[in-house]
Amino acid sequence: MNIVEKILARASGEKEVSPGQIIDARVDKAMMHDLTGPRVIDSFREIGVKRVWDPDRVIVIFDHDIPPSTIKAAELHKKVRNFVREQGIRHFYDIGRGGVCHVVMLEKGHVKPGELIIGADSHTVTYGALGAFATGVGATDMAAVLATGSIWLRVPETLKFEVNGKLQRRVYAKDLILYIIGMIGSEGANYKAMLFSGQAIRDLGIDGRATICNMSIEAGAKAGIVEPDEKTIRYVKERAGEPITPVRSDDDAEFAKIYEVDASQLEPQVAIHPSVDNVKPVSEVGDVEINQGFIGTCTNGRLDDLRAAAEVLKGKRVKDGVRLVIIPGSQGVYHEALKEGLIEIFVKAGAIICGPGCGPCIGISRGVLADDEVCISSANRNFVGRMGSPKSKVYLASPATVAASTIKGKIVDPREVD
Amino acid sequence: MKVEGKAVVYGDNIDTDIIIPGRYLVLQEPSELAKHAMEGVDPSFPERARDGVIIVAGRNFGCGSSREEAPVALKHANTKCVIAESFARIFYRNAINIGLPILEASLRDKASNGDLLLVDLVSGIIENKTREIRVQAKPLSPLAIEIISAGGLTKYVRKKLGLE
Repeated sequence: MNIVEKILARASGEKEVSPGQIIDARVDKAMMHDLTGPRVIDSFREIGVKRVWDPDRVIVIFDHDIPPSTIKAAELHKKVRNFVREQGIRHFYDIGRGGVCHVVMLEKGHVKPGELIIGADSHTVTYGALGAFATGVGATDMAAVLATGSIWLRVPETLKFEVNGKLQRRVYAKDLILYIIGMIGSEGANYKAMLFSGQAIRDLGIDGRATICNMSIEAGAKAGIVEPDEKTIRYVKERAGEPITPVRSDDDAEFAKIYEVDASQLEPQVAIHPSVDNVKPVSEVGDVEINQGFIGTCTNGRLDDLRAAAEVLKGKRVKDGVRLVIIPGSQGVYHEALKEGLIEIFVKAGAIICGPGCGPCIGISRGVLADDEVCISSANRNFVGRMGSPKSKVYLASPATVAASTIKGKIVDPREVD
Repeated sequence: MKVEGKAVVYGDNIDTDIIIPGRYLVLQEPSELAKHAMEGVDPSFPERARDGVIIVAGRNFGCGSSREEAPVALKHANTKCVIAESFARIFYRNAINIGLPILEASLRDKASNGDLLLVDLVSGIIENKTREIRVQAKPLSPLAIEIISAGGLTKYVRKKLGLE
Protein backbone atom coordinates (compact mmCIF):
# COMPACT_ATOMS: atom_id res chain seq x y z
CA MET A 1 0.00 0.00 0.00
CA ASN A 2 1.07 3.59 -0.44
CA ILE A 3 1.15 6.09 2.44
CA VAL A 4 -2.43 7.27 1.81
CA GLU A 5 -3.85 3.75 1.78
CA LYS A 6 -1.89 2.79 4.91
CA ILE A 7 -3.20 5.76 6.87
CA LEU A 8 -6.78 5.12 5.78
CA ALA A 9 -6.48 1.37 6.49
CA ARG A 10 -5.32 2.10 10.02
CA ALA A 11 -8.04 4.71 10.55
CA SER A 12 -10.79 2.36 9.38
CA GLY A 13 -9.49 -0.69 11.21
CA GLU A 14 -8.97 -2.59 7.95
CA LYS A 15 -5.92 -4.68 7.13
CA GLU A 16 -5.84 -3.33 3.64
CA VAL A 17 -7.78 -0.79 1.60
CA SER A 18 -7.68 0.04 -2.08
CA PRO A 19 -8.76 3.00 -4.25
CA GLY A 20 -12.50 3.26 -4.78
CA GLN A 21 -13.37 1.53 -1.51
CA ILE A 22 -15.79 3.36 0.81
CA ILE A 23 -14.58 3.27 4.40
CA ASP A 24 -15.88 4.42 7.75
CA ALA A 25 -12.81 6.01 9.32
CA ARG A 26 -12.01 7.13 12.85
CA VAL A 27 -10.85 10.74 12.95
CA ASP A 28 -7.74 11.68 14.95
CA LYS A 29 -8.29 15.46 14.96
CA ALA A 30 -11.06 17.80 13.84
CA MET A 31 -10.52 21.49 13.12
CA MET A 32 -12.90 24.37 12.51
CA HIS A 33 -12.65 28.17 12.44
CA ASP A 34 -14.72 31.28 13.05
CA LEU A 35 -16.37 31.31 9.63
CA THR A 36 -17.32 27.63 9.29
CA GLY A 37 -17.82 27.07 13.04
CA PRO A 38 -21.26 28.70 13.41
CA ARG A 39 -22.83 26.50 10.72
CA VAL A 40 -21.09 23.42 12.17
CA ILE A 41 -22.64 24.23 15.54
CA ASP A 42 -26.13 24.57 13.99
CA SER A 43 -25.83 21.18 12.27
CA PHE A 44 -24.41 19.64 15.46
CA ARG A 45 -27.50 20.86 17.38
CA GLU A 46 -29.70 19.43 14.62
CA ILE A 47 -28.10 16.02 15.04
CA GLY A 48 -29.03 16.36 18.67
CA VAL A 49 -25.96 14.88 20.39
CA LYS A 50 -25.13 16.74 23.59
CA ARG A 51 -21.32 16.40 23.69
CA VAL A 52 -18.62 16.31 21.01
CA TRP A 53 -17.09 12.84 20.76
CA ASP A 54 -13.73 13.89 22.24
CA PRO A 55 -13.14 17.55 23.14
CA ASP A 56 -9.36 17.01 23.27
CA ARG A 57 -9.31 16.07 19.59
CA VAL A 58 -11.18 19.19 18.50
CA ILE A 59 -9.21 22.32 17.61
CA VAL A 60 -10.94 25.67 17.10
CA ILE A 61 -9.00 28.58 15.61
CA PHE A 62 -10.23 32.09 14.81
CA ASP A 63 -8.69 33.49 11.64
CA HIS A 64 -11.11 34.35 8.82
CA ASP A 65 -12.55 37.63 10.07
CA ILE A 66 -10.35 38.78 12.96
CA PRO A 67 -10.63 41.07 14.73
CA PRO A 68 -14.28 41.04 13.66
CA SER A 69 -14.99 43.67 11.00
CA THR A 70 -18.76 43.79 11.57
CA ILE A 71 -21.22 43.33 14.42
CA LYS A 72 -22.53 40.24 12.65
CA ALA A 73 -19.06 38.69 12.64
CA ALA A 74 -18.58 39.56 16.32
CA GLU A 75 -21.85 37.78 17.12
CA LEU A 76 -20.69 34.67 15.26
CA HIS A 77 -17.42 34.72 17.19
CA LYS A 78 -19.39 34.88 20.42
CA LYS A 79 -21.47 31.90 19.34
CA VAL A 80 -18.35 29.80 18.67
CA ARG A 81 -16.69 30.89 21.94
CA ASN A 82 -19.78 29.81 23.87
CA PHE A 83 -19.71 26.42 22.16
CA VAL A 84 -16.01 25.99 22.97
CA ARG A 85 -16.73 26.72 26.64
CA GLU A 86 -19.82 24.52 26.78
CA GLN A 87 -17.98 21.57 25.23
CA GLY A 88 -14.79 21.93 27.25
CA ILE A 89 -12.59 22.30 24.14
CA ARG A 90 -9.05 23.08 25.39
CA HIS A 91 -7.39 23.68 22.04
CA PHE A 92 -8.98 27.01 21.28
CA TYR A 93 -7.00 29.83 19.64
CA ASP A 94 -8.86 33.07 20.10
CA ILE A 95 -7.86 36.40 18.52
CA GLY A 96 -4.24 37.18 19.39
CA ARG A 97 -3.48 33.61 20.45
CA GLY A 98 -3.14 31.81 17.15
CA GLY A 99 -3.46 33.06 13.61
CA VAL A 100 -4.24 31.34 10.33
CA CYS A 101 -5.62 27.92 11.27
CA HIS A 102 -3.42 25.92 8.90
CA VAL A 103 -0.28 27.66 10.13
CA VAL A 104 -1.25 27.20 13.78
CA MET A 105 -2.15 23.51 13.41
CA LEU A 106 1.39 22.62 12.33
CA GLU A 107 3.18 25.10 14.57
CA LYS A 108 1.34 24.09 17.76
CA GLY A 109 1.85 20.36 17.33
CA HIS A 110 -1.71 19.37 16.41
CA VAL A 111 -0.55 17.39 13.38
CA LYS A 112 1.43 14.15 13.51
CA PRO A 113 2.54 11.81 10.73
CA GLY A 114 0.05 9.03 10.03
CA GLU A 115 -2.96 10.82 11.44
CA LEU A 116 -6.36 11.32 9.78
CA ILE A 117 -7.36 14.94 10.20
CA ILE A 118 -10.64 16.48 9.04
CA GLY A 119 -11.07 20.23 8.86
CA ALA A 120 -14.01 22.46 8.03
CA ASP A 121 -11.88 24.32 5.51
CA SER A 122 -10.69 23.30 2.07
CA HIS A 123 -7.03 24.08 2.82
CA THR A 124 -6.90 21.43 5.54
CA VAL A 125 -4.86 19.50 2.95
CA THR A 126 -1.87 21.54 4.21
CA TYR A 127 -1.20 19.04 7.02
CA GLY A 128 0.06 16.49 4.53
CA ALA A 129 3.33 18.44 4.88
CA LEU A 130 3.91 16.37 8.03
CA GLY A 131 2.80 13.06 6.55
CA ALA A 132 -0.81 13.15 7.79
CA PHE A 133 -3.87 12.48 5.62
CA ALA A 134 -5.89 15.65 5.98
CA THR A 135 -8.89 16.79 4.03
CA GLY A 136 -11.49 19.54 4.06
CA VAL A 137 -15.23 19.10 4.43
CA GLY A 138 -18.30 21.30 4.76
CA ALA A 139 -20.11 22.20 7.95
CA THR A 140 -22.56 19.30 8.10
CA ASP A 141 -19.86 16.70 7.50
CA MET A 142 -17.89 18.34 10.31
CA ALA A 143 -20.91 18.28 12.61
CA ALA A 144 -21.22 14.54 11.98
CA VAL A 145 -17.52 14.15 12.85
CA LEU A 146 -18.02 16.07 16.10
CA ALA A 147 -21.02 13.88 16.94
CA THR A 148 -19.53 10.50 16.05
CA GLY A 149 -15.75 10.82 15.71
CA SER A 150 -15.96 9.15 12.34
CA ILE A 151 -16.49 9.96 8.67
CA TRP A 152 -17.18 8.04 5.47
CA LEU A 153 -14.46 8.43 2.86
CA ARG A 154 -13.75 7.00 -0.53
CA VAL A 155 -10.16 5.77 -0.66
CA PRO A 156 -8.59 7.96 -3.37
CA GLU A 157 -6.26 7.00 -6.15
CA THR A 158 -2.85 8.55 -5.59
CA LEU A 159 -0.86 10.59 -8.09
CA LYS A 160 2.86 10.64 -7.40
CA PHE A 161 4.96 13.67 -8.27
CA GLU A 162 8.64 12.84 -8.39
CA VAL A 163 10.40 16.19 -8.20
CA ASN A 164 14.16 16.20 -8.66
CA GLY A 165 16.82 18.82 -9.34
CA LYS A 166 17.66 21.90 -7.35
CA LEU A 167 15.44 24.98 -7.35
CA GLN A 168 17.22 28.06 -8.71
CA ARG A 169 17.82 31.14 -6.60
CA ARG A 170 14.55 32.96 -5.84
CA VAL A 171 12.47 30.07 -7.10
CA TYR A 172 10.44 28.50 -4.32
CA ALA A 173 7.95 25.82 -3.32
CA LYS A 174 5.17 28.17 -4.47
CA ASP A 175 6.58 28.29 -7.99
CA LEU A 176 6.83 24.53 -8.03
CA ILE A 177 3.23 23.91 -6.98
CA LEU A 178 1.90 26.58 -9.36
CA TYR A 179 3.83 24.85 -12.14
CA ILE A 180 2.35 21.46 -11.20
CA ILE A 181 -1.22 22.85 -11.07
CA GLY A 182 -0.67 24.47 -14.46
CA MET A 183 0.54 21.12 -15.76
CA ILE A 184 -2.38 18.95 -14.55
CA GLY A 185 -5.17 21.57 -14.45
CA SER A 186 -7.65 22.67 -11.80
CA GLU A 187 -9.33 19.29 -11.65
CA GLY A 188 -6.29 17.23 -12.54
CA ALA A 189 -6.36 15.59 -9.12
CA ASN A 190 -10.11 15.75 -8.37
CA TYR A 191 -11.05 12.97 -5.88
CA LYS A 192 -7.39 11.90 -5.83
CA ALA A 193 -4.45 12.31 -3.46
CA MET A 194 -1.18 13.95 -4.53
CA LEU A 195 2.04 12.53 -3.12
CA PHE A 196 5.05 14.81 -3.49
CA SER A 197 8.42 13.09 -3.41
CA GLY A 198 11.93 13.29 -4.79
CA GLN A 199 15.07 15.17 -3.82
CA ALA A 200 13.62 18.65 -4.42
CA ILE A 201 10.81 17.92 -1.94
CA ARG A 202 13.22 16.44 0.62
CA ASP A 203 15.33 19.60 0.28
CA LEU A 204 12.36 21.77 1.26
CA GLY A 205 11.76 22.73 4.87
CA ILE A 206 8.39 22.13 6.50
CA ASP A 207 7.23 25.64 5.48
CA GLY A 208 7.83 24.89 1.80
CA ARG A 209 6.20 21.47 2.04
CA ALA A 210 3.18 23.15 3.66
CA THR A 211 2.91 25.54 0.68
CA ILE A 212 2.92 22.61 -1.73
CA CYS A 213 0.38 20.46 0.11
CA ASN A 214 -1.79 23.54 0.79
CA MET A 215 -2.35 24.16 -2.90
CA SER A 216 -3.07 20.53 -3.83
CA ILE A 217 -6.77 21.43 -3.39
CA GLU A 218 -6.40 23.89 -6.27
CA ALA A 219 -5.94 20.85 -8.50
CA GLY A 220 -9.02 19.36 -6.85
CA ALA A 221 -7.09 16.95 -4.62
CA LYS A 222 -8.60 15.27 -1.60
CA ALA A 223 -5.20 15.38 0.07
CA GLY A 224 -1.62 16.42 -0.59
CA ILE A 225 1.08 14.55 1.27
CA VAL A 226 4.84 14.25 1.73
CA GLU A 227 6.40 11.08 3.18
CA PRO A 228 7.77 11.90 6.63
CA ASP A 229 11.57 12.08 6.99
CA GLU A 230 14.05 13.25 9.65
CA LYS A 231 12.97 16.89 9.17
CA THR A 232 9.34 15.91 9.81
CA ILE A 233 10.19 13.93 12.92
CA ARG A 234 12.36 16.71 14.35
CA TYR A 235 9.65 19.30 13.68
CA VAL A 236 6.88 17.23 15.26
CA LYS A 237 8.96 16.11 18.26
CA GLU A 238 9.69 19.72 19.16
CA ARG A 239 5.97 20.49 19.20
CA ALA A 240 3.67 17.54 19.77
CA GLY A 241 5.23 16.00 22.87
CA GLU A 242 3.57 12.68 22.13
CA PRO A 243 4.85 9.48 20.54
CA ILE A 244 5.05 9.48 16.74
CA THR A 245 4.44 6.54 14.43
CA PRO A 246 5.42 7.69 10.96
CA VAL A 247 3.78 5.87 8.06
CA ARG A 248 5.54 5.52 4.72
CA SER A 249 4.68 3.87 1.40
CA ASP A 250 5.72 0.25 0.89
CA ASP A 251 8.40 -0.38 -1.72
CA ASP A 252 5.84 -2.05 -3.98
CA ALA A 253 3.19 0.64 -3.47
CA GLU A 254 0.98 1.44 -6.44
CA PHE A 255 0.12 4.84 -7.88
CA ALA A 256 -2.50 5.82 -10.43
CA LYS A 257 0.10 7.86 -12.27
CA ILE A 258 3.65 9.08 -11.76
CA TYR A 259 4.73 12.52 -12.97
CA GLU A 260 8.35 13.62 -13.18
CA VAL A 261 9.30 17.23 -12.68
CA ASP A 262 12.75 18.81 -13.04
CA ALA A 263 12.85 21.59 -10.45
CA SER A 264 16.11 22.99 -11.81
CA GLN A 265 14.39 24.14 -15.02
CA LEU A 266 11.78 26.28 -13.29
CA GLU A 267 11.65 30.04 -13.29
CA PRO A 268 9.28 31.98 -11.01
CA GLN A 269 5.66 31.21 -11.92
CA VAL A 270 2.50 33.32 -11.93
CA ALA A 271 -1.14 32.17 -12.00
CA ILE A 272 -3.05 34.60 -14.19
CA HIS A 273 -6.53 35.82 -13.23
CA PRO A 274 -9.12 34.23 -13.02
CA SER A 275 -7.98 30.63 -12.61
CA VAL A 276 -5.28 28.94 -10.58
CA ASP A 277 -4.27 26.64 -13.43
CA ASN A 278 -3.65 29.50 -15.84
CA VAL A 279 0.06 29.45 -14.99
CA LYS A 280 2.91 31.08 -16.87
CA PRO A 281 6.59 31.66 -16.19
CA VAL A 282 6.99 35.27 -15.03
CA SER A 283 8.92 36.12 -18.21
CA GLU A 284 5.79 35.41 -20.27
CA VAL A 285 3.30 37.37 -18.16
CA GLY A 286 3.79 40.63 -20.07
CA ASP A 287 3.26 44.11 -18.78
CA VAL A 288 0.87 43.96 -15.83
CA GLU A 289 0.69 47.01 -13.60
CA ILE A 290 -0.47 46.44 -10.06
CA ASN A 291 -2.27 48.42 -7.36
CA GLN A 292 -1.63 46.08 -4.45
CA GLY A 293 0.61 43.29 -3.29
CA PHE A 294 -0.39 40.86 -0.55
CA ILE A 295 1.93 38.55 1.37
CA GLY A 296 0.50 36.12 3.89
CA THR A 297 -2.16 33.34 4.21
CA CYS A 298 -2.13 29.61 4.85
CA THR A 299 -0.15 29.22 1.62
CA ASN A 300 2.68 31.69 2.17
CA GLY A 301 2.42 33.34 5.57
CA ARG A 302 5.15 31.34 7.28
CA LEU A 303 8.58 32.45 8.47
CA ASP A 304 10.47 31.24 5.38
CA ASP A 305 8.00 33.21 3.26
CA LEU A 306 8.53 36.44 5.20
CA ARG A 307 12.29 35.90 5.05
CA ALA A 308 12.13 35.56 1.27
CA ALA A 309 10.07 38.76 1.01
CA ALA A 310 12.40 40.64 3.36
CA GLU A 311 15.44 39.60 1.33
CA VAL A 312 13.89 41.33 -1.68
CA LEU A 313 12.52 44.36 0.19
CA LYS A 314 15.56 45.14 2.34
CA GLY A 315 16.63 48.73 1.72
CA LYS A 316 13.98 49.17 -1.01
CA ARG A 317 10.69 51.09 -1.19
CA VAL A 318 7.30 49.97 -2.37
CA LYS A 319 6.56 52.12 -5.43
CA ASP A 320 4.38 55.18 -4.88
CA GLY A 321 0.79 54.40 -5.82
CA VAL A 322 1.15 50.73 -4.84
CA ARG A 323 0.11 49.22 -1.49
CA LEU A 324 1.80 46.22 0.08
CA VAL A 325 -0.18 44.37 2.76
CA ILE A 326 1.82 41.87 4.81
CA ILE A 327 0.11 39.54 7.28
CA PRO A 328 2.23 37.07 9.26
CA GLY A 329 0.55 33.68 9.36
CA SER A 330 0.49 33.35 13.12
CA GLN A 331 1.43 35.02 16.39
CA GLY A 332 4.45 32.71 16.44
CA VAL A 333 5.53 33.76 12.95
CA TYR A 334 4.93 37.41 13.84
CA HIS A 335 7.07 37.15 16.95
CA GLU A 336 9.94 35.46 15.12
CA ALA A 337 9.71 38.02 12.31
CA LEU A 338 9.97 40.80 14.88
CA LYS A 339 13.02 39.23 16.50
CA GLU A 340 14.73 38.72 13.15
CA GLY A 341 14.11 42.33 12.11
CA LEU A 342 11.89 41.37 9.19
CA ILE A 343 9.02 43.56 10.35
CA GLU A 344 11.35 46.56 10.48
CA ILE A 345 12.41 45.91 6.89
CA PHE A 346 8.75 45.77 5.83
CA VAL A 347 7.77 48.94 7.67
CA LYS A 348 10.75 50.85 6.25
CA ALA A 349 9.78 49.67 2.76
CA GLY A 350 6.34 51.22 3.20
CA ALA A 351 4.33 48.05 3.71
CA ILE A 352 1.39 47.87 6.10
CA ILE A 353 1.55 45.00 8.59
CA CYS A 354 -1.73 43.55 9.89
CA GLY A 355 -2.16 41.11 12.76
CA PRO A 356 -2.16 37.37 11.96
CA GLY A 357 -5.27 36.10 10.19
CA CYS A 358 -6.63 35.43 6.70
CA GLY A 359 -6.87 39.10 5.74
CA PRO A 360 -8.05 39.99 2.24
CA CYS A 361 -7.55 36.49 0.81
CA ILE A 362 -11.24 35.73 1.30
CA GLY A 363 -12.40 39.22 0.36
CA ILE A 364 -13.82 40.18 3.76
CA SER A 365 -11.46 42.77 5.22
CA ARG A 366 -8.02 44.37 5.47
CA GLY A 367 -7.16 44.94 1.84
CA VAL A 368 -10.14 44.15 -0.40
CA LEU A 369 -10.01 45.45 -3.96
CA ALA A 370 -12.01 48.07 -5.86
CA ASP A 371 -13.31 47.79 -9.43
CA ASP A 372 -10.53 47.33 -11.99
CA GLU A 373 -7.77 47.07 -9.37
CA VAL A 374 -5.01 44.51 -9.78
CA CYS A 375 -3.39 42.61 -6.92
CA ILE A 376 -0.46 40.21 -6.93
CA SER A 377 -0.92 37.86 -4.02
CA SER A 378 0.95 35.06 -2.29
CA ALA A 379 -2.39 33.36 -1.56
CA ASN A 380 -3.99 30.38 -3.27
CA ARG A 381 -7.01 31.55 -5.26
CA ASN A 382 -7.50 34.16 -7.95
CA PHE A 383 -11.16 33.50 -8.72
CA VAL A 384 -13.47 36.31 -9.86
CA GLY A 385 -14.38 38.42 -6.82
CA ARG A 386 -12.22 36.40 -4.46
CA MET A 387 -10.51 39.46 -2.96
CA GLY A 388 -13.27 42.01 -3.40
CA SER A 389 -14.86 43.56 -6.47
CA PRO A 390 -15.83 41.07 -9.17
CA LYS A 391 -14.12 43.54 -11.53
CA SER A 392 -10.76 43.32 -9.75
CA LYS A 393 -7.99 40.97 -10.83
CA VAL A 394 -5.74 38.71 -8.76
CA TYR A 395 -2.46 37.14 -9.84
CA LEU A 396 -0.79 34.49 -7.69
CA ALA A 397 2.95 34.18 -7.11
CA SER A 398 5.62 33.58 -4.47
CA PRO A 399 6.23 36.12 -1.69
CA ALA A 400 9.49 37.15 -3.39
CA THR A 401 7.73 37.79 -6.70
CA VAL A 402 5.02 39.77 -4.88
CA ALA A 403 7.64 41.83 -3.02
CA ALA A 404 9.65 42.56 -6.17
CA SER A 405 6.51 43.49 -8.10
CA THR A 406 5.46 46.06 -5.48
CA ILE A 407 8.88 47.72 -5.76
CA LYS A 408 8.54 48.00 -9.54
CA GLY A 409 4.79 48.65 -9.66
CA LYS A 410 4.26 45.80 -12.11
CA ILE A 411 4.70 42.05 -12.17
CA VAL A 412 8.43 41.28 -12.39
CA ASP A 413 10.92 38.47 -11.87
CA PRO A 414 12.29 38.72 -8.30
CA ARG A 415 15.75 37.99 -9.69
CA GLU A 416 15.68 41.38 -11.37
CA VAL A 417 15.56 43.18 -8.03
CA ASP A 418 18.92 43.08 -6.26
CA MET B 1 -37.86 11.29 -6.82
CA LYS B 2 -38.38 13.56 -9.82
CA VAL B 3 -37.65 17.25 -10.22
CA GLU B 4 -38.51 19.64 -13.00
CA GLY B 5 -37.29 23.08 -13.99
CA LYS B 6 -36.03 25.32 -16.72
CA ALA B 7 -32.36 24.99 -17.61
CA VAL B 8 -29.87 27.71 -16.70
CA VAL B 9 -26.61 26.98 -18.47
CA TYR B 10 -23.10 27.89 -17.26
CA GLY B 11 -19.58 26.88 -18.32
CA ASP B 12 -16.65 25.09 -16.68
CA ASN B 13 -15.01 25.78 -13.29
CA ILE B 14 -17.92 27.53 -11.59
CA ASP B 15 -16.08 28.05 -8.28
CA THR B 16 -17.52 28.61 -4.82
CA ASP B 17 -16.52 32.30 -4.85
CA ILE B 18 -18.74 32.72 -7.91
CA ILE B 19 -21.58 30.76 -6.30
CA ILE B 20 -21.43 32.75 -3.06
CA PRO B 21 -18.68 35.36 -2.53
CA GLY B 22 -16.80 35.25 0.80
CA ARG B 23 -18.11 38.61 1.92
CA TYR B 24 -21.62 37.15 2.30
CA LEU B 25 -20.62 34.23 4.49
CA VAL B 26 -21.54 36.09 7.67
CA LEU B 27 -25.15 35.89 6.46
CA GLN B 28 -26.45 32.82 8.22
CA GLU B 29 -30.04 32.85 6.92
CA PRO B 30 -30.37 30.62 3.83
CA SER B 31 -32.85 33.06 2.28
CA GLU B 32 -30.32 35.89 2.65
CA LEU B 33 -27.55 33.80 1.08
CA ALA B 34 -29.91 32.90 -1.77
CA LYS B 35 -30.18 36.56 -2.76
CA HIS B 36 -26.49 36.46 -3.75
CA ALA B 37 -26.39 33.02 -5.38
CA MET B 38 -24.21 32.96 -8.52
CA GLU B 39 -23.51 36.68 -8.10
CA GLY B 40 -19.94 36.28 -9.40
CA VAL B 41 -21.12 35.28 -12.86
CA ASP B 42 -24.83 36.08 -13.06
CA PRO B 43 -26.33 38.60 -10.60
CA SER B 44 -29.75 38.00 -12.19
CA PHE B 45 -29.74 34.33 -11.13
CA PRO B 46 -31.97 34.67 -8.01
CA GLU B 47 -34.58 36.38 -10.19
CA ARG B 48 -34.28 33.78 -12.96
CA ALA B 49 -34.49 30.94 -10.46
CA ARG B 50 -37.65 32.13 -8.75
CA ASP B 51 -39.94 29.51 -10.34
CA GLY B 52 -37.45 26.69 -9.98
CA VAL B 53 -34.46 25.96 -12.20
CA ILE B 54 -32.04 23.23 -13.03
CA ILE B 55 -28.44 24.38 -13.35
CA VAL B 56 -26.55 22.80 -16.23
CA ALA B 57 -22.79 23.26 -16.17
CA GLY B 58 -19.52 21.96 -17.50
CA ARG B 59 -16.55 20.52 -15.67
CA ASN B 60 -15.42 21.01 -12.06
CA PHE B 61 -18.56 22.67 -10.71
CA GLY B 62 -18.10 23.95 -7.14
CA CYS B 63 -14.31 23.98 -7.07
CA GLY B 64 -12.57 25.95 -4.34
CA SER B 65 -13.68 26.49 -0.80
CA SER B 66 -15.44 24.06 1.55
CA ARG B 67 -18.22 26.58 2.25
CA GLU B 68 -21.49 24.74 2.60
CA GLU B 69 -23.15 28.09 1.95
CA ALA B 70 -22.57 27.39 -1.78
CA PRO B 71 -25.11 24.56 -2.14
CA VAL B 72 -27.30 26.17 0.55
CA ALA B 73 -27.52 29.42 -1.46
CA LEU B 74 -28.38 27.52 -4.65
CA LYS B 75 -30.97 25.33 -2.95
CA HIS B 76 -32.74 28.24 -1.30
CA ALA B 77 -32.69 30.26 -4.54
CA ASN B 78 -34.98 27.45 -5.79
CA THR B 79 -32.45 25.35 -7.68
CA LYS B 80 -34.07 21.94 -8.07
CA CYS B 81 -30.98 20.13 -9.27
CA VAL B 82 -27.45 20.78 -10.54
CA ILE B 83 -26.29 18.74 -13.51
CA ALA B 84 -22.61 19.08 -14.37
CA GLU B 85 -20.03 17.10 -16.27
CA SER B 86 -18.02 16.84 -13.05
CA PHE B 87 -18.08 18.27 -9.54
CA ALA B 88 -15.31 19.25 -7.13
CA ARG B 89 -15.43 16.71 -4.34
CA ILE B 90 -16.22 18.93 -1.34
CA PHE B 91 -19.11 20.61 -3.15
CA TYR B 92 -20.42 17.18 -4.15
CA ARG B 93 -20.47 15.96 -0.54
CA ASN B 94 -21.93 19.23 0.73
CA ALA B 95 -24.77 19.19 -1.80
CA ILE B 96 -25.78 15.66 -0.86
CA ASN B 97 -25.43 16.42 2.85
CA ILE B 98 -27.79 19.41 2.72
CA GLY B 99 -30.23 17.87 0.24
CA LEU B 100 -29.45 19.68 -3.02
CA PRO B 101 -29.85 17.03 -5.73
CA ILE B 102 -26.88 16.79 -8.11
CA LEU B 103 -26.09 14.53 -11.02
CA GLU B 104 -23.07 13.99 -13.23
CA ALA B 105 -23.89 14.12 -16.92
CA SER B 106 -22.79 15.97 -20.01
CA LEU B 107 -25.53 18.13 -21.48
CA ARG B 108 -23.13 20.07 -23.69
CA ASP B 109 -25.14 20.86 -26.85
CA LYS B 110 -28.12 19.01 -25.34
CA ALA B 111 -29.67 21.82 -23.30
CA SER B 112 -29.91 25.59 -23.63
CA ASN B 113 -31.19 28.31 -21.34
CA GLY B 114 -34.91 27.94 -20.85
CA ASP B 115 -35.25 24.30 -21.98
CA LEU B 116 -37.64 22.36 -19.74
CA LEU B 117 -35.83 19.50 -17.99
CA LEU B 118 -37.31 16.58 -16.07
CA VAL B 119 -34.87 14.64 -13.90
CA ASP B 120 -35.36 11.28 -12.22
CA LEU B 121 -32.84 11.36 -9.38
CA VAL B 122 -32.87 7.64 -8.68
CA SER B 123 -32.59 6.31 -12.23
CA GLY B 124 -30.50 9.28 -13.36
CA ILE B 125 -32.56 9.77 -16.51
CA ILE B 126 -32.68 13.40 -17.66
CA GLU B 127 -35.37 14.36 -20.11
CA ASN B 128 -35.11 17.57 -22.11
CA LYS B 129 -38.80 18.08 -22.85
CA THR B 130 -38.20 21.08 -25.10
CA ARG B 131 -35.95 19.08 -27.41
CA GLU B 132 -37.47 15.66 -26.74
CA ILE B 133 -34.16 13.99 -25.92
CA ARG B 134 -33.01 11.84 -23.02
CA VAL B 135 -29.63 11.54 -21.34
CA GLN B 136 -28.54 8.97 -18.78
CA ALA B 137 -26.59 10.52 -15.88
CA LYS B 138 -24.05 8.63 -13.81
CA PRO B 139 -26.12 7.06 -11.02
CA LEU B 140 -25.61 8.31 -7.46
CA SER B 141 -23.77 5.92 -5.11
CA PRO B 142 -25.93 3.78 -2.78
CA LEU B 143 -24.58 5.75 0.20
CA ALA B 144 -25.51 9.07 -1.45
CA ILE B 145 -29.03 7.80 -2.12
CA GLU B 146 -29.27 6.62 1.48
CA ILE B 147 -28.24 10.08 2.77
CA ILE B 148 -30.62 11.89 0.40
CA SER B 149 -33.49 9.52 1.26
CA ALA B 150 -32.91 10.13 4.97
CA GLY B 151 -33.36 13.84 4.29
CA GLY B 152 -29.73 14.88 4.51
CA LEU B 153 -26.71 14.00 6.62
CA THR B 154 -27.95 15.32 9.97
CA LYS B 155 -31.04 13.10 9.78
CA TYR B 156 -28.96 10.18 8.48
CA VAL B 157 -26.63 10.48 11.49
CA ARG B 158 -29.60 10.81 13.88
CA LYS B 159 -30.95 7.56 12.48
CA LYS B 160 -27.59 5.84 12.78
CA LEU B 161 -27.29 6.95 16.40
CA GLY B 162 -30.82 5.78 17.16
CA LEU B 163 -32.11 9.29 17.80
CA GLU B 164 -34.98 9.04 15.26
